[in-house]
Amino acid sequence: MSDYKGVMTYCEIGEGKLTSIAKEALGCGRRLADDLGQELCALLIGSGAGDPAREAIGFGADKAYVVDDPLLKEYQTDAYVSVMEKAVKQVMPQILILGQTSVGSDLAPLLAFRLDTTASLDCVGLAIDPDTKLLLRVKPVYGGNAQATFSSDSLPQIATVRVKVMSPLAPDTSKQGEVIPIDAGLDPSAIRTRLMKRVKEEEEGIRLEDASIIVSGGRGIGSSDGFKQLKELAALLKAAVGASRPPCDNRWVPSNLQVGLTGKIVSPDIYIAVGLSGSIQHMTGCAQSKSIIAINKDPKAFIFNQADFGVVGDWKKVLPAFRDKLKELLAE
Amino acid sequence: MRIIVCMKQVPDPEASSSGIKVDTETKRVIMPQGSPPVLSPYDESALEAALRIKEAQGGTVTVISAGRNLAKAVLRKTLAAGADELILLEDNAFERLDSYATAHLLAAAIREAGAYDLILCGRQAADTNAGQVGSGIAAILKIPVMTAACKIEMGAGKVQVERVVSDGYEVIEAPTPALVTTSSEVGELRYPSLKSVMAAQKMPITVRNAQQSGVDVARLTRLNVVSLSAPPGRKSQGRIIAGETPEEAGANLALALREARLL
Repeated sequence: MSDYKGVMTYCEIGEGKLTSIAKEALGCGRRLADDLGQELCALLIGSGAGDPAREAIGFGADKAYVVDDPLLKEYQTDAYVSVMEKAVKQVMPQILILGQTSVGSDLAPLLAFRLDTTASLDCVGLAIDPDTKLLLRVKPVYGGNAQATFSSDSLPQIATVRVKVMSPLAPDTSKQGEVIPIDAGLDPSAIRTRLMKRVKEEEEGIRLEDASIIVSGGRGIGSSDGFKQLKELAALLKAAVGASRPPCDNRWVPSNLQVGLTGKIVSPDIYIAVGLSGSIQHMTGCAQSKSIIAINKDPKAFIFNQADFGVVGDWKKVLPAFRDKLKELLAE
Repeated sequence: MRIIVCMKQVPDPEASSSGIKVDTETKRVIMPQGSPPVLSPYDESALEAALRIKEAQGGTVTVISAGRNLAKAVLRKTLAAGADELILLEDNAFERLDSYATAHLLAAAIREAGAYDLILCGRQAADTNAGQVGSGIAAILKIPVMTAACKIEMGAGKVQVERVVSDGYEVIEAPTPALVTTSSEVGELRYPSLKSVMAAQKMPITVRNAQQSGVDVARLTRLNVVSLSAPPGRKSQGRIIAGETPEEAGANLALALREARLL
């Protein structure tokens, strides 16, 4: 294992705080570090990244490295990857864990190639092989039709973990740990990709990630008008609206409402799938829901193999009656 | 304007999940009978994006693909759709290329192919879901990369893309030559006319084996497949709620959910 030692978790910051995926990645990193009998460090990058560093220690890190620079206020590929490359070369961790987010999935492969190693993205399980002490990377392949376990002796071993799969530790606010600054040392000429603007496109109401009930529509909804009916049901249930890929590709709803392998991973108490066939790519995003309810006119739709409750029928007829009855029951 | 599109042949991701078997011994996925390979859908979106840029601004589109047992009929579809040149890197040694080896193999072929303005790849392949080759090629060729683009616009000496993030989207820009990986929002690959399908049959294809590619993939393989298994299934109750009419079934569903204390 040469000079590489310890586990590093890259912690994404959102609105000045550790993101939930950062806490999950720290929980996972802690477990791996304990299995190896080594240290866990956190890496935080941003502008004003000091406070979340303390938080990262509370969530399991032994120490935290912080790269704080005004140029790092927002995520930009080239700036972040060069800073990470510098930090990894300085700290030399054996394992580097990131979250599978729009940032982690952009950063991890580029960083891996720059460090001449290889990454595994979207892992649902990470463990240490008891014999080789290498990182075992479990991830879905073939759109979720199979699950593969990979390993590599290229160091550092880099993996991103799927959102909402790893458990965070209970925070320990009394835990002490060193916070070590790393100079960004950014060379402006090395920054070629530039963020021009960031546009918020959030639907009114509850965010998909936070919702305990989600009403999701598929190809069968047919239009953006159709989604209005789903929004009405969602409003009644204080639910968020989601979608499978076709409604996003057809621009019936914004793309950030997509649930699935290339969209969001959600785990609500109730997932109501309407006019949605339930492709395995979509189910990847919602299979962790406590209950799945399906409305689809095709009795052979794959969604019925996954659903706890289902109605076979045209959603245009089923849904209004379902909503009216619910309204009646909820008023009781 | 020269655009290079990297495309992968994959087992059909739309094939019925119930027909797909996992052979844990050989660590292979066995597709159902009569399910021919297809081009990875994200790569098809990359080609569509390239063709739209070509239509708007002129230029040529070169498709490069690497693998073993490449189905020529499947790959000629790229020429029928409007690509000008097809380069295949084909060898038995390319059966299990990992992302590291693939990126090096494709980067070498791109260098060989000459000057370019833009390289497009799908954001991830439909089979391995690795999502690394595009970034890898960019790192090897030392050009900027922008991933998971849902919209691409070429400007003078620069390329601008939109990229979906959790609470909206961002607009990013890089000088060309650059590499962009595409998401499905870019659009589905156009359906070629019968005439262009016929014409594509007569177009020459460049085929190179491992030796001619000058890349030792065995030496460049970094990832070891420890095991392959069937995915863990979801335990579901599978209760179908019926009714005389769809409306009645809908109302019954509400009653059943209330009874189960879900809502």
